Parts: sequence; C-alpha cells; structure tokens
Amino acid sequence: MVPIAIDNVTLEYDTPAGKVTGVKDVSFDIGASEFVCIVGPSGCGKSTLLNVIAGFLAPAAGEIRIAGKTITGHGMDRGVVFQDFAQLFPWRTALGNVSFGLEMKGVAKDERDRIAREQLRLVKLEKFVDSFPHHLSGGMQQRVAIARALAYNPSVLLMDEPFAALDAMTRDDMQTLLADVWRETRKTVIYVTHNVAEAVYLADRVIVMSAHPGTVQADIRIDLPRPRDPLSVEFLECQKQLMRHLGHKVSGNGAAH
Amino acid sequence: MTIPTMTDATINTATKSASKSSASMSDQSKGRRSLWRAAIVLIIAACCYEAVARSGAFAPALMPKLSVVAQTFIAMLLDGTMIEHAVYTLYRVLFGFFLAVLVGLPIGILMARFRPVESFFLPLVSALMPIPSFALVPLFMLWFGIGNLTTILIVFYAATFPMMFNTWSGVRSVNPLWLRAAGAMGADENALFWKVIIPGASPFIITGLRQAFLRAWIAVVGAEMIAASDWGLGWVIFDAKEFLNTDVMLAALVVIGGIGFVFEKLVFGSLEKRTVQRWGMSRVAKG
Repeated sequence: MVPIAIDNVTLEYDTPAGKVTGVKDVSFDIGASEFVCIVGPSGCGKSTLLNVIAGFLAPAAGEIRIAGKTITGHGMDRGVVFQDFAQLFPWRTALGNVSFGLEMKGVAKDERDRIAREQLRLVKLEKFVDSFPHHLSGGMQQRVAIARALAYNPSVLLMDEPFAALDAMTRDDMQTLLADVWRETRKTVIYVTHNVAEAVYLADRVIVMSAHPGTVQADIRIDLPRPRDPLSVEFLECQKQLMRHLGHKVSGNGAAH
Repeated sequence: MTIPTMTDATINTATKSASKSSASMSDQSKGRRSLWRAAIVLIIAACCYEAVARSGAFAPALMPKLSVVAQTFIAMLLDGTMIEHAVYTLYRVLFGFFLAVLVGLPIGILMARFRPVESFFLPLVSALMPIPSFALVPLFMLWFGIGNLTTILIVFYAATFPMMFNTWSGVRSVNPLWLRAAGAMGADENALFWKVIIPGASPFIITGLRQAFLRAWIAVVGAEMIAASDWGLGWVIFDAKEFLNTDVMLAALVVIGGIGFVFEKLVFGSLEKRTVQRWGMSRVAKG
C-alpha cells in the first residue's frame, strides 16, 4: 500500500577474520501494493537484505525509506513472517498468537478477538482458533504466522522463505492461498525465496541477486495474468528466463528447480 | 503420484483433529494406570519391610511391625499432634521456599539479561550451591538461635540456588526468533519480559520450582532435627530416638514422604501439565 525505496544499501558483518560485505550498493524501488520476490543463490544476502528492511539489522551505508520516511528500527508498518515454524509462541493458541500485535497496540479484547478471527478465516484456519501451535501441521503454523503478521494491519509484509520447509504439495497450496490473501489485502509484499517457480507464480517483479558480495543482478517484471497457470508455456518461459539470469544451464523443458 | 499424497494429507489432518478430542480420555486412563503401578510398587516395598521386621533380625522395639506403626500413626493423627508437627514443618518450608522464589527468580532473570549481574552472581552460585545446607545448621544456630528463624533460613539457603540457576538457564534458552517476532509486532521491554521471556522460560522455571522445593523439603527436616524446639516432623524423629520410639519415627517418615509426594506429583506435576505440557514445550516419556 505504500512505496518503498531501497537506496544504496550496504551491510557488513563482523567476523573473526574481519569485516565481510554481505550486501553491497543495493538499490531498487518498490511500488505500492507491489509483490516483489528476491531470488538468488544461497549466501547472496537476500535474507540479510530483508532483515535490514525489517529493521533487525542496521545498514553500514545507504538507507531505506517506507512511504518517504527513513527507517531506524523495526516498526508496526511492517509485518514479518520467518521460515522457521518455531516463530509462533507455543504458549498461545492460534487466536492468541494472531492477536499479539493488536495487544501491543492496545486494542480492546473483544475487538482484537474479532480481528484475529477474521485474519484466521482469511488463511482458512477458522476451525483452529483455539489450537496450540504444536497441534497444527507445519503448513497450518505458517498460515497462523501470516495471519499474525497481517493482523495489526501493517502496510508492508516481509516474508523470508516462509514455505521453504514445507513439502511440495503443501507449498503449492500455500502459494495459491498467499496469492489470494494478497489480492484481498493489497499489501506491499517483499518475499525472499530461492525457488524460481515460486517467484514466477507469486511476483509482479523479481529481483535477482548475485553472491559475494550480494548485488542486484537483474530486475524482471512478470506480466502473466493472474491466477497463473504453472503449466502454461508462458509460465515456463518466464521460469527459463529467470534461470538464465541465475546462471543455470537451461535445457528444453526448464521446469527443474 | 498425486492422489495418494492427497489422501495421506487428508488422513493426517483428520487424525490430528480426532486425537485432540480423544486425548483427555486416554490421559485419564493413563493416569489411573500409573496410579495402580505406583500402588503395586509401594505394596511390594511394604511387604519386604514386613518380612525383615518379622524375621527377627532386629529386636521388635527397633523395627516394629507395620501394624504397630499404623496404630501409632493413627493415634497421633487422632490426637492432633502429628497434624500440628506437619503444620509447623509446612509453615517453615513454605516460608523459606517462597522467600527463595522471591529472590532466586528475579536474580536468575537479571543474570541472564545483564552481563555484570551474571559475572557477579555466577561465581557465588557455583561456590555456595555445593555446600549442603545441613552443614550450615550449627553455624546458623549460633547466629539466629533455636527455632523458626534458623530453619526458615536454612530452607531459604537450600532452595534459592536451584531456583536462580534454572531461571538463568531458562531465560538464556528463550528462542531469539520469539523476541524478534514480538519486537516486530511492537512489543516494548515490559511486554517482551512478561509475555515472551517469562512464558518462554517456563519449562526451566517449573523445573527450578520443583528442584527448589525438593531441596527445601530435605533441608527443613534436617534443620528441624537440630535447630527446632518442640515442634516439626524432623524434631519428632530426633526426639523419638531418645526414647526408642521407632514406631513414632517411622510414622513421621510416612508423613514426610507423603507430603513430599503430594507436592511433587499434585502441585508441581499438575502445574506442568496445565502449562508446558499443554503447550507442547515439554514432552511426556512414551510407553
């Protein structure tokens, strides 16, 4: 819902061997309500970049502006979903997890229960509001995490390989669900993945990063109509194009990932 | 390939939701079974004791039959003396235990959150924890006299360090992802503390409470033997020795064991069941 500007961001790690540059001079803009995927080989700093945008890490140089304002730390204008299922609070039910952000905002109990139930319905978990996370499957836990990140109504949703630890079947379902949720909420989404098919399925735009140090290698617009058909010729063509940018050798049927 | 996976997933969710409703049933029957098992073990132990007592290896005055112990036990219950002794002991142990929690819990948390606090208290804990509280009784008697104050302080000493140590470990083991997620959702320091760190450390905190109470219970009986006058279960045993009242000693031991069992199983066991086990943060052994 709001534009984001990433302006010459550089990030360095302190290691025993000295400073290592994780991300170097990364710049790109994201439009309001745009779904942007960041793909790249492991170690290219895509998760690091997301953590900088989330405000968990401070950049060594450059800045990030959300709706024109430079960010200085984490804030409630951004919702974050991590890869690890353990991100949910095990001592809270699905409803309790989803209403956490609203609780921090000082929303009254009845109101936050109502909103949390609504969010859980959005991710199709209305039957599991009173379940504790350890009673839910991995896919369900990630759906709770998405509902939790959306509940306090941030304008930006940051997702760090949220479905990477799920099996292929569940992942497909989750991608469809996320595409639906995004269409309904129109959040600005930044989504980190190493899965090319996932990026083509979800994104309006794909930022391809290269490693050591992480830089932007390509910025590709995906103009396929939604909902997208992963088996269509155009879809596979997009995948091939993306894989070429990632330096893969693409054979006749570029469906491997 | 697609169809079997689909069915698997469906069955999986179905059993998952079904197991939730049947869980309470099986929990109940499991609880009854473990109660039976405990009863059988206790009966076997009692039979062994009875066999040795009847064999004549010790004089009957030194090792009375269980029927005699039971008679004494009932008599002491009926005239109220045993209850009064137990109340004194419970007062001392609970007073000392709560004091230990009041001190140990916050210090344990501060140790895990702030380096200087940790480097100050950790050597202290390491040095003082191994000293048996019983070894301090004579010293405390000289400082604080005979009676409640000394026994309560001995209990406090015994219980504080396990409480502190477990809390410290628990807070350190809180998943950083929870803190990150809570921070992203706008939690301030206060909310992080009460709504993330305390529940996140709860498996360790409950273990700390358990260990602290166990050590407190052992300490109070020991301290009462030397440092209590007239009342308390430990004092009963020590006093009965003077008159060769082994039946009284054994009756007091039964009460000591019984109260310890009630706290361990009913108080801390049910606390664990209602919190960390319900949340899936600690698992029950299988079989």
